[in-house]
Amino acid sequence: MLELKRITKVFNEGTADEKIALRGVDLTLAPGDFVTVIGSNGAGKSTLMNIISGRLSPDIGEVWINGRNVTALKEHARARYIGRVFQDPMAGTAPHMTIEENLALAYNRTKRRTLRFGVTKQKREWFRETLRTLHLGLEDRLTAKVGLLSGGERQALSLLMATFTKPDVLLLDEHTAALDPARAELVTELTKKIVERHNLTTLMVTHNMEQAIRLGNRLIMMDGGQIIFAAEGKEKEELTVERLLEAFQRIRGSQFASDRTVLSS
Amino acid sequence: MFSSVEAGLIYAVMALGVYLSFRILDFPDLTVDGSFVTGASVAAVLIVNGANPFAASAAALLAGFAAGVLTGLLHTKGKINPLLSGILMMIALYSINLRIMGKSNVPLLQQETVITKITAVWQKVGLDAALNHLVSFTGFAPRTWAVLVSMAIVALVVKGLLDWLLKTEVGIALRATGDNKPMVASFSANTDWLIVSGLGLSNALVAFSGALVAQYGGFSDVGMGIGMIVIGLASVIIGEALFGARSVARATWAVIGGAIVYRLILALALRVEFLETGDVKLITALIVMLALVVPNVLAAQKERQRKKRRARQLERGETVAGAETNYKSV
Repeated sequence: MLELKRITKVFNEGTADEKIALRGVDLTLAPGDFVTVIGSNGAGKSTLMNIISGRLSPDIGEVWINGRNVTALKEHARARYIGRVFQDPMAGTAPHMTIEENLALAYNRTKRRTLRFGVTKQKREWFRETLRTLHLGLEDRLTAKVGLLSGGERQALSLLMATFTKPDVLLLDEHTAALDPARAELVTELTKKIVERHNLTTLMVTHNMEQAIRLGNRLIMMDGGQIIFAAEGKEKEELTVERLLEAFQRIRGSQFASDRTVLSS
Repeated sequence: MFSSVEAGLIYAVMALGVYLSFRILDFPDLTVDGSFVTGASVAAVLIVNGANPFAASAAALLAGFAAGVLTGLLHTKGKINPLLSGILMMIALYSINLRIMGKSNVPLLQQETVITKITAVWQKVGLDAALNHLVSFTGFAPRTWAVLVSMAIVALVVKGLLDWLLKTEVGIALRATGDNKPMVASFSANTDWLIVSGLGLSNALVAFSGALVAQYGGFSDVGMGIGMIVIGLASVIIGEALFGARSVARATWAVIGGAIVYRLILALALRVEFLETGDVKLITALIVMLALVVPNVLAAQKERQRKKRRARQLERGETVAGAETNYKSV
């Protein structure tokens, strides 16, 4: 479904600030795979997400989605295949527009935008049905401005907007990191439910090791622009935070260094 | 006063254009100062050369669209910052407008214009008598109602079209572009294209308004656009402050209202003995400054009073919302 071939990215090449963000990363996600990504600071997780979504383009390497080489496609063109939720709850929605208008914008992700009304009676009904699955009462606030929602509500809405059109690939970029523990738990549960319901091929970056172990069927650990550890199936199910840290130390010969990583919840 | 309302309605079309760029796209587009004159000059030159004034006004609209598209391309493809893109186009258009007119001023006094044509038809139908009868109790009778009514219709049609457009799928993407641009790209809308066409549309309205102003005033002048963006902003800001902007339809009403109120304020200000016509720009700038600063000052004052009131209530030992200790919420 998603295939990354030898992705390499260098920032500020040839200057004193040169930084190799990704070194020949190869990664293949089969349809329905749910891969969680953990890694220390500057491991290249965000760069990887930005390269898949098309916000950045790789120096070397190719991105394939659904058997199609999309490396040359711009972000907006590639977005037809990709749903994305950002870390910042403010980033995934338009604050001065209503909930139904935001959903209408998301609804057209896979379709050509026309001069027909964005919110019709039919769509409104469907939006209401879909919002009901969040159990946040948003279905009764269709005409409320999104800026009035709390961070957790906005993030849940962003998640819904990214997924209700069933993207080929779902990218979750630390989407619970900016929320308080209770809301983070809520959004995590929603994520699990939605991904299962639509059987979405998902790549989720997280700074929460416990979350990375709990969710998904595969786990990869990144460091220094490379994938240094991968686990799937039974091996993944048997992972613990301690074992992950051990693995890191064994491979890298150093302590896992991150000021943000939550080792347990 | 009556002519202020007439002028207000004509300038309302320009203000709606500014609303589109400034509020919807969040793009302070200074192209307006140039494209307003481009509209006026294109219409004036075509009319002087015998073109149908309606066709000439439509041509002005297209010319404005082209100007806006160029500004949009400077910003999106040329990666020039919004303000600078507008300023560059504004300066470039100054020379282009002189070229279009061939001189700095084209008079239209003896020409057939949209205004004279509509007035002629209007008088044939004899609607003035009826309307004058209707308001006879006020003892007020204008020269003709033709301009007021026809320009009100033009402003309302433009408002209606704008309201409709901003509710369509494309329109929703356009509004979201001004609200959260990176997010729009992640929902597969081409923001470059949206900005370019949005600015084109905005300047089309501005140029169309310029064409009507030239025909209403009886001339096109290369300097008539100076400060036009500020007049547009004044209309938008005054309108929103007076009439609110909860929804798009409400905001567009407010912009039309703001354009009229602006003209009325200006007419009243110019009645002050001390002020001259040359002071118009200064007055406009002051109106915008006041409209921007006063609401903030008022809000700050209200907030202070609210806090004072709560402090007093606490001193008196009354229960105040949120002041009781509540361990449950921790």
